[in-house]
Amino acid sequence: MMITLVDYQAGNLTSVRRALAALGIPSRISADAEQVRRAERIIFPGVGAAGAAMTVLRARGLDQALTEAFRAGTPILGICLGCQIILTHSEEDDADGLNLIPGQTLRFRPNDPTLKIPHMGWNEVVVTRPHPLLAHLRRGDEFYFVHSYYPRPERAEDVFAVCEHGIVFPAAIGRANLFAVQFHAEKSGPLGLRLLKNFAKWNA
Amino acid sequence: MLSKRIIACLDVRAGKLAKSVKFVDTKDIGDPVAKARDYYEQGLDELVLYDITASGEGRGILLEVVERVAAQVFIPFSVGGGLRTVEDCRRVLLAGAEKVNLNTAAVQRPELIAEVARAFGSQAVVLSMDVRRVPVSAAIPSGYEIVIYGGRTPTGLDALAWARRGEALGAGEIVVNSMDADGTKQGYELTLTRRIAETVSLPVIASGGGGTPEHLYAALTEGKADAALVASMLHYGEYTVGEIKAYLAGRGLKIRRTGTA
Repeated sequence: MMITLVDYQAGNLTSVRRALAALGIPSRISADAEQVRRAERIIFPGVGAAGAAMTVLRARGLDQALTEAFRAGTPILGICLGCQIILTHSEEDDADGLNLIPGQTLRFRPNDPTLKIPHMGWNEVVVTRPHPLLAHLRRGDEFYFVHSYYPRPERAEDVFAVCEHGIVFPAAIGRANLFAVQFHAEKSGPLGLRLLKNFAKWNA
Repeated sequence: MLSKRIIACLDVRAGKLAKSVKFVDTKDIGDPVAKARDYYEQGLDELVLYDITASGEGRGILLEVVERVAAQVFIPFSVGGGLRTVEDCRRVLLAGAEKVNLNTAAVQRPELIAEVARAFGSQAVVLSMDVRRVPVSAAIPSGYEIVIYGGRTPTGLDALAWARRGEALGAGEIVVNSMDADGTKQGYELTLTRRIAETVSLPVIASGGGGTPEHLYAALTEGKADAALVASMLHYGEYTVGEIKAYLAGRGLKIRRTGTA
């Protein structure tokens, strides 16, 4: 089994790769649409801005490849920016996303001036619907976040876990063979590594 | 709600862990990678590797340490010490760090903060400032002056003004390191930390002087810090991360629970 990490010049690929290596899970980094289309499993990471990311994805044909892989049933894990641009649209750069899950990416607009943006640090993730990738979580478990925008799927059944930063926002979303987390699983200690391990074994 | 963070600072000199008192008397006290892994397993929230190698020859060793830490420590970590250009920063980020700590080089050329923030995002830029108490003057109205070169050189810059400038230029976090408190284990400089925290809207990390869990509690409440940096307390095995966290949680602070999946 080989996990393909989609390279669209949006950071943190090597961090995810190091985490997989520590778990003994083989992975490769690829920017090639054909390799992504035929991948066994895909991790779609990313940090940075939505507009620039979509431009690179389209230029490399990776938008189509990811859409086809999703429809073909390939297990896909999105992380951070990869949890946002799978939705229909992002407020960041007014960018259209991949629309694999209907919904919007919105900017935090806290009423409380003491709440800092980006939302950066460790925060509690509460499971709202059971999912195999989150099966190890207990009440009070925390993950590491760094983001100024958050995902909001249209349908409540696409949300699997939430977090709170001024508002309660979706922290893990998914549909069928696609799952995505707003937090950095690769930097969230043993709980984050366990999520990656769960993904490697997931029968979507 | 975000948890208060416990950050361990590892001063690395020529690839070895070192610890100073008031910035001098530096001693080598072990392998930084082994320490980093140990603290990670104890439930540490974040790590800072600070290169205090005086000359340029230790650079390659530092990158190797960063890579080795990144291969076995899966929490955020930042690297500082001697980073002068966007390219220097790119190298440590590619080696596996999430953030860079800018200090002396940012004072000498403040645009560096903006350049690094543009290249990698503000979340990757930590402005680390070394501060000492001085008499209040027209140039330094707060009575806190920025010092550089590991505390050897005064700058005439007021710490509060410099913090505001750093925020405007795009820093994402500020480490407030009190030279007066460094290594004394007598507690953080609470007034300084609070005044910086009240001046900027960035997360503020208290540094210098932490000797007991009570000191961290004071920095995170009275000092209004979002995180506290610890070194000696952990390096000499006086406390574990778990003991510090249990104390802080017991006093009612929101702290990430330690333990494994």
